Amino acid sequence: MEIDRADGRTPNQLRPLSCSRNILHRAHGSASWSQGDTKVLAAVYGPKAGTKKNENPEKACIEVIWKPKTGQIGKPEREFEMILKRTLQSICILTVNPNTTTSIIVQVVHDDGALLPCAINAACAALVDAGIPMKHLAVAICCCVADTGYVILDPTKLEEQKMKAFAYLVFPNSILSVLPEVSSPAKGEPVEHGIITSITHGAMSVDDYFLCLERGRAASAKLSDFLRRSLQSQFSGNSSKAG
Amino acid sequence: MGLPNASEDLSSEMEVDAFRRLFPLRYFERHLTESIRPDARPLRKARDTTIALGAVASADGSALAKIGSTTMLAAIKMEVMTPSLESPDEGCIAIDFHMPPICSPIVRPGRPAEVAPVLSKQLSDTITSSGMINLKELSLVSGKAAWMAYLDIYCLDADGALFDAALLSAVASFSHLQIPVVSLDYDGKIVIMSEEQKEENSETKPVNKEKRKLTLSTIPFSLTCILHKSYILADPTAEEESIMETLVTVVLDSSGQLVSLYKPGGSVLVYTSAVQDCVALTRQRVKELQNILDDAISGMEID
Repeated sequence: MEIDRADGRTPNQLRPLSCSRNILHRAHGSASWSQGDTKVLAAVYGPKAGTKKNENPEKACIEVIWKPKTGQIGKPEREFEMILKRTLQSICILTVNPNTTTSIIVQVVHDDGALLPCAINAACAALVDAGIPMKHLAVAICCCVADTGYVILDPTKLEEQKMKAFAYLVFPNSILSVLPEVSSPAKGEPVEHGIITSITHGAMSVDDYFLCLERGRAASAKLSDFLRRSLQSQFSGNSSKAG
Repeated sequence: MGLPNASEDLSSEMEVDAFRRLFPLRYFERHLTESIRPDARPLRKARDTTIALGAVASADGSALAKIGSTTMLAAIKMEVMTPSLESPDEGCIAIDFHMPPICSPIVRPGRPAEVAPVLSKQLSDTITSSGMINLKELSLVSGKAAWMAYLDIYCLDADGALFDAALLSAVASFSHLQIPVVSLDYDGKIVIMSEEQKEENSETKPVNKEKRKLTLSTIPFSLTCILHKSYILADPTAEEESIMETLVTVVLDSSGQLVSLYKPGGSVLVYTSAVQDCVALTRQRVKELQNILDDAISGMEID
């Protein structure tokens, strides 16, 4: 059953993560996020006055612009834009800045598998950098299912192509609050177990999907820790510079 | 009822239509607490669904699917092409989803709807990953000629659950598809045989006399649900979709495999139990849709 991965990782092992914020000077917020060789740059402009047509002016509007590494934007990119927009809408507090538009520009630097999760993580870090009000952070992960029902995490492009099916999952990051614990909405399940976004490709059995969920949740805890740590260390670094 | 709430108090004095417009969410929630929806459906019931095969006479395969008032017209046109070098014995399917301005007040003429390219990508992903169509069946002469199936889906009325109706019409049009008879002429070119040629038994032999129909191995069907608080509403209308934003689309094929679980964002988080409920609802719906499709196909055969 064991599957040897080309880079010698264990099935649950993620590629080395790195995240840096405030890398662009003109943007209100920016971040780059890389998982192994996949690297995405995100910039946030806004909140700018006014919303686009067909958007609710009583809420803040989120606009996502996807820039591929090369070439024109096509149908897959449009789908990514839509998914990213809906995902970010659900984690931002849209009622704080009504009738404004926040643009998130996502530039793919290199695609080596798990591109959309990487972009979601980058966009999330960039939103934090821009100081956009958010309910909670989100972390995204890609799970692959092999023919034998074996699940691996964070695949490279080659692995993604070889596998029977894969799922992109986005989970919320638990809220660290000074307020007393807010009771979670579902019976007994912590907030981090809720799915914000789920996109699957390829056919798999329903049980395999639940296996993916379980593995994804476990890995998302690690990712959350990393995201939180990298955000905190850079914040404290900034304040020391200012002081 | 006992809770003091501005909109609740108003609801006893206001006309129903005014209340619906001013407090759409409260209006729906009032219904949901009574386990009913404004269109008199129970929460987990889909709307009436019909399929009419062969709606477009000039196409090789076509179907008109209606879920409630959401209407989709799908038509397939077959063309002969040279297969690519990587897959010399495979045909190809190109899927396009169109939202003309007649379908919804949101779509403006001249500017394509935002969801149209997303939906057509979603449809082609679903159809390829379900493995419904064996692309090898679309081959005519290995390395020389293969079929290119152009599937175009037109949304005639967009009243919610667009993906479900589009997938249903796509699947139905593939089951209605009659591949035209072609023959090789003396130059080795593929020509489509006309009716007279078939009857007068000319020297040119048809290449594909036996394989006029595609064998659809596993057929994918989908169900979209709205999640609102702990309620699950199957098969939403456009009004419901605009008020409650969290949508989950589950696609299962006839053998029970999960082809897609699509939830793009939304304010409600999905927990394992809700996923299981949605999958269970889709299982029931797959059986219903399978019966509706079978009825439509057998109805065609009698004619």
